[in-house]
Amino acid sequence: MTHGASAHHRSDGPQAGHAGAPSHDDLVDEKIIVCYYVAALTFLTISMLAGLLVALQLVHWNPFKGTELLSPGRWRMIHTNAIAYGFLANAFLGTLHWAVPRLTFHKVFSKPLSWFIFGAWQVVVLSTAFGIVLGPTFQDQPWILALAKKWHLPMNLGAQGLEWGETPFWIDPVALVGLALVAVNFMVPIGKSKGPMYVSLWYFMAAFVWTFLTYAMGNLLPEYAVAGTSAGAIGGLFIHDLVGLFVTPLGWGLMYYFVPIILKKPIWSHGLSLVGFWGLAFFYPLQGIHHFLYTPIPMFLQYGAVISTIAVELVVATVVINFFGTLVGRGKEFFDNLPIRYFYTGMVFYFITCFQCALQVTFTFQKLIHFTDWVVGHAHLVMFGVFSLWLFGIMTYLFPRLLGRPWWSRSLCEYHYWLSAGGLFVMFLDLTLAGIFQGYYWSSLQPWDASTNGSQPFWITRVFAGLAMFAGLLCFLVNLWMTARGAEATDPLPARAAGTPTA
Amino acid sequence: MFESKSGIFFIAGIGFFLLAFLGNGVVPMIMYKDRHEQTVEEVVNKRVMAQFRDLAQRYPESFHNAFGEPTEEACAEALRLGRQLYVGEGCWHCHSQFVRPVSNESRRFGPVSKSEEYDNELQRPVLFGTRRVGPDLSREGGRRSNDWHAVHFHKPQVVSTDSPMPEYPWFFDGSPDKPNRRGIAVMTYVQWLGSWLDEYPYYEELAEVTGE
Repeated sequence: MTHGASAHHRSDGPQAGHAGAPSHDDLVDEKIIVCYYVAALTFLTISMLAGLLVALQLVHWNPFKGTELLSPGRWRMIHTNAIAYGFLANAFLGTLHWAVPRLTFHKVFSKPLSWFIFGAWQVVVLSTAFGIVLGPTFQDQPWILALAKKWHLPMNLGAQGLEWGETPFWIDPVALVGLALVAVNFMVPIGKSKGPMYVSLWYFMAAFVWTFLTYAMGNLLPEYAVAGTSAGAIGGLFIHDLVGLFVTPLGWGLMYYFVPIILKKPIWSHGLSLVGFWGLAFFYPLQGIHHFLYTPIPMFLQYGAVISTIAVELVVATVVINFFGTLVGRGKEFFDNLPIRYFYTGMVFYFITCFQCALQVTFTFQKLIHFTDWVVGHAHLVMFGVFSLWLFGIMTYLFPRLLGRPWWSRSLCEYHYWLSAGGLFVMFLDLTLAGIFQGYYWSSLQPWDASTNGSQPFWITRVFAGLAMFAGLLCFLVNLWMTARGAEATDPLPARAAGTPTA
Repeated sequence: MFESKSGIFFIAGIGFFLLAFLGNGVVPMIMYKDRHEQTVEEVVNKRVMAQFRDLAQRYPESFHNAFGEPTEEACAEALRLGRQLYVGEGCWHCHSQFVRPVSNESRRFGPVSKSEEYDNELQRPVLFGTRRVGPDLSREGGRRSNDWHAVHFHKPQVVSTDSPMPEYPWFFDGSPDKPNRRGIAVMTYVQWLGSWLDEYPYYEELAEVTGE
C-alpha cells in the first residue's frame, strides 16, 4: 500500500485530527462541490430530455414537429455535449474538489480561482448550448459569409462539424483557458505533496494534461489547420481521446480513491495498478483511427489502431481483476452498500464495453456494424453504464456528508439504482441487436425504408428504456430535494449502506 | 519514474499523447501534404451550376430575393451557407458522407470514396460521419430533382412515407414552393455532393449540361 492511500485513511471523516494532518474543513470547500453537483444534475436532466426528444422523433412521436428551436437535429448535439461537458465535467470537477485536497493534504491552489473556474465552465456549457440551438437560425449574416470567404474557414456560429467538438468556435478559447486553469488549480496541491503519489493522483495528473491537449487538438486542427483525410484522422483521435484521456482516467482515479475508502481496505495489487495506468496511458491514445475504418486513411494506420485497441483490452482486464481482487472477502458489500454496488456495476459494464470494443474494432465486425445503432448502444454503455453510474455512486456517498444528514428515502436511492442500471442495460441490448439488424438490412440491398421500418420495434423499446433511466434520475432529484430541505428521513438507509457520516 | 510526478507528467501525460499524435495524426498529414486543398470557388462546377440555375428557374421570386442572379459567385456563397447549415442542423449525425468498400455499399450508393474527394474547404472538418439513420449523401447530387428536395425538406413523409427524418419548415416561407435563402443554400449543397465524380445521375435532363 502506498503512502498516499494510508494518508487519506488517516484523514477520513470530518473529525480527522491526527497530529500534523490538516482538518477536513481546512482542506475541502464543500460549498463548491454542492454547486458543481447541482449544475451537473441540471445538465444531466436537460441532456436526457434532449435524448428523449430524438428517440421520439425516430418513432414518429415527436410532439414538437416543425419547431425550429426544438429541432431534433440540434438537440441531438445538446444531448451529447451536455453529457460530456455539462454532466461529466461538472460532476468530475466537483468530486476532484473533495478528493485532491484530501489525498494531498493541501488545499487547491486558490479558492477564488476555483469559483472563477466554476463560473467560467458554466458559461462554456451554456454558450455551447445556445450556440447549437440558435446558431443555424442566425447563421446567415453577411459578415460571417464575408469572413468565411476571406479566410476559407467554416465559421459556424453554431455547432462545428466534429462530434463532441461541436463547441462553437467563439467559445473554444474560453474553454481552453478554463481547462488550463483547472490543471493549475489541482496540480499545485499535487506538486506540493510529499513522497510517492497514490494511484488516483497518477490518473488525475495525466488527465489534466491530456484533457487540455485533446481539447486543443480537436477544436483547432481539423477546423483551422488541416483538411480532408488527415483531418479525419485527427477527428478520430479527438473523439477517442475525449473518452479515453479525459473521462476514463478521471473515472478510474476516483474509483482508486473511493473503493478503498468505503471498503476500508487497500487496493489488492499495487503492481496491477501500475500495469493498468501505464498500459492505458500508452495504448489508449493510439487508437483514434479505429472510429474510421475502411475510410481513405492509410490502411497501415487503421491496422495499427485495431491492434492497439485489442492490446488495451488486456490492460483493462488487469484493472478490473485488481478491483475484483479488492472486493474478495467483502462481496456482501456489493449487495448492502449502495455506492459500492454502483461502482462495481459500472466496472462490470466497463468490462463488457471493452470486451465489445476488442471485437467490434476488427474489420470483420466493422463491415456489419459501422454506422448502425450498435455503436450508439456502445456509447451509452460507456457514458451512462460506466461513468454516470460511478458518479451516481459517488454522489450517493458524498451528498449525506455534504448536507450533513442521511438520505431522505432509502427506497428512492434503490429505485435510482435499479431504474438507471436496468434501463441502461435494456437500452444497450436493444440497440446492439438493432445494429445487427440494420447492418444486414443494408448489406442485403433492400430499400432503405426496410432498415428504418425494421428498426421501429427496437426504437420503441429504446424510448421506454430511456424513460426508465429518466425516472431513475427523477427519483434521485426528489430524494435530493427532500434531503436538502431537511425533511424527516422516512426510511433511512443504514449508515454504512448510504455512506452516511458516522459519529 | 513510474510513480513520480515528473514521470507521469512528461512521459505519460505529454510523451504518450505526442507519440500517438505523431503516429496517428502527423503521419497522414505528411503523406497528404502535397495535395492541393480546393476553395469553395474552385469546387463550383458545371453540374452544380446547372442545378443552381434550375433553382432560379423553378422558384424565380424566392431565388431572386435570396441570391439575385445565378452566378458562380452566388453559387459559391450558397455552397458555403448550405454547408454551414448542414452542419449546424446536425444533418451529418444521421447521414454519412463516405462510401465504404464493403457491405455492397458501392452498389447502393456509387463509387467507393477516395481521399482526394475530401481535399476541399467544404470538408473542414471532414464529414465522414459515424451513424446512418438515413442513407449516405456523398453521391446524392442529381439523384433527385430540386422539387423533390424542396418537398422533402419541408415535410419528408410526403415523398418518403415512413421516413423518421424531422421537418425543416424554416427553410421555406410557408410552403415548399417558396424556399428562402437557407432552403436554396441547403438544396444547392446537397445537389453539389458527388458532382465531382465521373458519373452524375440526372434525375431530369437539364438542357444546359446534356452536351457536357
